[in-house]
Amino acid sequence: MKWLLVALIIACNTVGDVLNTHGMKRHGEVQDFGLHGIRRLIAALVRNRYVVGGIAAGAVSFVALLMLLSIANLSFAVPATAASYLLETVLAKFILKEQITWKRWAGASLVAGGVALLALH
Amino acid sequence: MRDSKRLRSKTFLFACVAILSNVLGNFALSQGMHQFGRFLSVSVLSFLSVLSNLWIASGICLLAVWMLSQLSLLSWADLSYVLPVTAASYVLTAVLGAVALGEDVSIAHWIGIGMIFIGVMIVGRTAPRTAALEPGEPQ
Repeated sequence: MKWLLVALIIACNTVGDVLNTHGMKRHGEVQDFGLHGIRRLIAALVRNRYVVGGIAAGAVSFVALLMLLSIANLSFAVPATAASYLLETVLAKFILKEQITWKRWAGASLVAGGVALLALH
Repeated sequence: MRDSKRLRSKTFLFACVAILSNVLGNFALSQGMHQFGRFLSVSVLSFLSVLSNLWIASGICLLAVWMLSQLSLLSWADLSYVLPVTAASYVLTAVLGAVALGEDVSIAHWIGIGMIFIGVMIVGRTAPRTAALEPGEPQ
């Protein structure tokens, strides 16, 4: 049950982040952070189908995380998602066409390795 | 040149907001869920009673702030930049746990925290944006 929830969290996180990034790049750089600007941003986001899809995937991942937190500790739940760092970097390269230099790979690998180490007891 | 400096400061500010709201939001949720014990039911009523808990409610508000700052970051920065940089939240969680809550942190955990910190520093020094602009995208 634990690992099924972990798999669901990783899959939904990854799909959600890729959809959100694509949707936000289509939206363009957010520049107005006044109350008005934030309201306009939210109005634009609910009409952006990539972001809506990304947030839906995030919501599934969130509910799965709540369930996981009720049967496992935070120290199991959070580090178990380390794999998503590498998976998302690969998808950022091939789907989002980002230039992943060796610095980005090194950073993502260190982060994933570090997060995995946090799971050790 | 000036534009890239502006983008860096803006990215730094939003990364800080995203990291802080994420750490505090997860902490509040964890506190709330431990008051409830096992939660594997999917009935609407039990879900609503969880939402009425003050810890859970403030956790959700903080995660809404996190969501908006993360989405704003992604509107100008790469996913492969934002993701490793906001992993600084693990470092902050561990340091807060050790300093504020007096939790024991093992050697393996400190090594993991150190690795994440170095990873954040390496990616943080790259340009936030490398992906080409989409045709017709507002600048």
